[in-house]
Amino acid sequence: MAASSVAASELLHNMNKQISILYPKASCVIRRISTSSRCHSHSQLKATSAPQQLVGVVGLEIHAQINSSTKLFSGSAVRFSAPPNSMVSFFDASLPGTLPVLNRRCVEAAVMTGLALNCTINQKSFFDRKHYFYADLPAGYQITQQRQPIAVDGTLTYSLLGGKKRSQVIRKNVHIKQVQLEQDSGKSLHDDVRSQTLIDLNRAGVGLMELVMEPDMSCGEEAAAAVRELQLILQALGTCQGNMSEGQLRVDANVSVHRPGEPLGVRTEVKNINSVRYLARAIDYEIQRQIHVLQRGGTVQNETRAYDSKSRETIPMRDKEGLQDYRFMPEPNLPPLIVYEDNASLPTGLDACQAVVVQKIRESLPELPSVKRDRLVQTYGILPEHSFTLVNEDGLVDYFEEVLKATKKEPRKVIGWVTNELLGLLKQQDMSVSQSLISPPALAELLELQEKGHISSSVAKQVLQQMWRSPGKSGSQIIQEQDLGLVSDTSQLHSICQKVVDSHPDEVHAIRNGNKKVLNKLIGLVQKETKGRADPVLVREILQEKTS
Amino acid sequence: MSVFSLCAKRTCCVLVKRPSFIPLANGGHSNAAKLNRTNSCVQSHITNVPRLFSSQPHNPKVPDVATWEAVTEDQLPTPTQIPADLVDKLERLALVDFRTKQGLACLEKAIRFADQLHVVDTSGVEPMDSVLEDRALYLRNDTVMEGDCGEELLQLSKNTVEEYFVAPPGNIPLPQREERAAMMKHSEFSI
Repeated sequence: MAASSVAASELLHNMNKQISILYPKASCVIRRISTSSRCHSHSQLKATSAPQQLVGVVGLEIHAQINSSTKLFSGSAVRFSAPPNSMVSFFDASLPGTLPVLNRRCVEAAVMTGLALNCTINQKSFFDRKHYFYADLPAGYQITQQRQPIAVDGTLTYSLLGGKKRSQVIRKNVHIKQVQLEQDSGKSLHDDVRSQTLIDLNRAGVGLMELVMEPDMSCGEEAAAAVRELQLILQALGTCQGNMSEGQLRVDANVSVHRPGEPLGVRTEVKNINSVRYLARAIDYEIQRQIHVLQRGGTVQNETRAYDSKSRETIPMRDKEGLQDYRFMPEPNLPPLIVYEDNASLPTGLDACQAVVVQKIRESLPELPSVKRDRLVQTYGILPEHSFTLVNEDGLVDYFEEVLKATKKEPRKVIGWVTNELLGLLKQQDMSVSQSLISPPALAELLELQEKGHISSSVAKQVLQQMWRSPGKSGSQIIQEQDLGLVSDTSQLHSICQKVVDSHPDEVHAIRNGNKKVLNKLIGLVQKETKGRADPVLVREILQEKTS
Repeated sequence: MSVFSLCAKRTCCVLVKRPSFIPLANGGHSNAAKLNRTNSCVQSHITNVPRLFSSQPHNPKVPDVATWEAVTEDQLPTPTQIPADLVDKLERLALVDFRTKQGLACLEKAIRFADQLHVVDTSGVEPMDSVLEDRALYLRNDTVMEGDCGEELLQLSKNTVEEYFVAPPGNIPLPQREERAAMMKHSEFSI
């Protein structure tokens, strides 16, 4: 039996409320479908300097809900958080006599995703039945692609920031074993008190792409980076909305540990991971747990474990029965799925709107995140790590480019304001870029003021904070109101500098003895006195004069 | 005992015409009845569809008249014995209770019947998955056409709460063998 998993966040808020009113002790459990045979099939040899060290090996199985208007094999609508059982056709409910009719959009989405992941597209692929009994799978089987999936043998290139300052971009590859089309299951709400299960079939039959990533990753961070990159790719393609908390992207991790060079260890499957952050934590916890088990002389059990985000642990799940037999068989109601390389290879007499043409889909591929990052680095001369931050944050590239349109400041100088200051403010309040309280033109105006020398950079930062706190006020308003403009009145600066020089005789002495670096300390003290408003060039001149 | 030339697309027809050639005299009639039923389903499903071979009565690959030859016991592999554990597994998978002498005998006979397929030389013949495999798969536009029948469907269910179907608690381990027999008596699934 497929394992059940607690995924509370996947549930509708109102559904939860309704259930808890009806059944105060009902627990909500949502089951995931997983299909493919496991990927820990080929052993992995990694050279490392410490051969005795146990290291983690991570493979992923990802279910991505296809972003389509209707289900995979029926014409009922696909919508998250619709009232229960309001999007169900006779086929979705498995009434006898109903037959599957494949949605072309789902095929195209899978082909497009396969192409973006450098897969080979199988011109001919098959559908199979995978049997198991579960109330939210009313047919008693799931239609999937076991023998010959639509796309195979691809790679996903993702990058991590590494090195001492985490500013070095490290590129890694993970092999994509396959992309297969399959049906989603319905949702079950378990009411343990009354010992019954409530079934909502809205999700039953929604198209999924199952992506199998080979165990080429070694830790949570790598897996998280790979999933994040996949998420960005799927969103750029529009083939999946990729929202993990709504269950549009569901990740199961196969985790094992071994000594490099030795065969892979026994793996566990970690389920119930509903964010990229939890994915990394769950995997790292599981690797450490397995290492501890082995170091204490124990053995790792082949089992399914659920991640509990509160306790930050993985816990064994009430699992599938030992004897599991999916009784795969060819789906008799669906002939092989054939896609054509180009228009020339279409058989005569085939209606063009019936054909899925790979070439056409390849030509319509949008700019992928990796290409976008390269473009940003080249066009604006920013650092690669900045391009990651920009692309990772939904809408931030547009924001950055909007700011650039309204300022003459160099992109290299603008980028920090966007990726550090603005993003910092957004993150503090857990807001998205589209919710920003400071618009791109407002930020551009502030940067212009700094660029023209009206304010110092530290004052600009203060003003930005205040703009955030009082939305609607422009930077120049705040500067005027609080008299934050740069102090370039020479006599005023002279007197402040004199005060600093008088009160720091030791430093002055050091400078006079040739230690010019100490001058910076005095400049800092003057800036402190003026709250960062002193014109730095003038201050340096005056201090040099006074200490010479 | 007999095996007909196993041209898959005509097999069913042969059986329809000559159900008496089903081997295993005892179980033969019930088997034939089942096959007949299956066959009529398939037929109704494909009647309007011009088939490559079946619509051409004189396709040289398909003999006009069914032929068969006897298969003797010694051409068959050793009869399969069903161990108790396998029965247990099958019962679980099928949610069907057949742990009786009669049930086991029926299963073994069915396997023996299928054993005749071993005699057919399939070397160099690509297996078929489906009788539809030479057909183009129809692709549908991604337009909402149905799905607004929740109420109708819920009315089919014996047990509902609000807009939910109610099912027995699932995905819990099936009861042990001893418990199961008792449960099956009261189960909705029992046949």
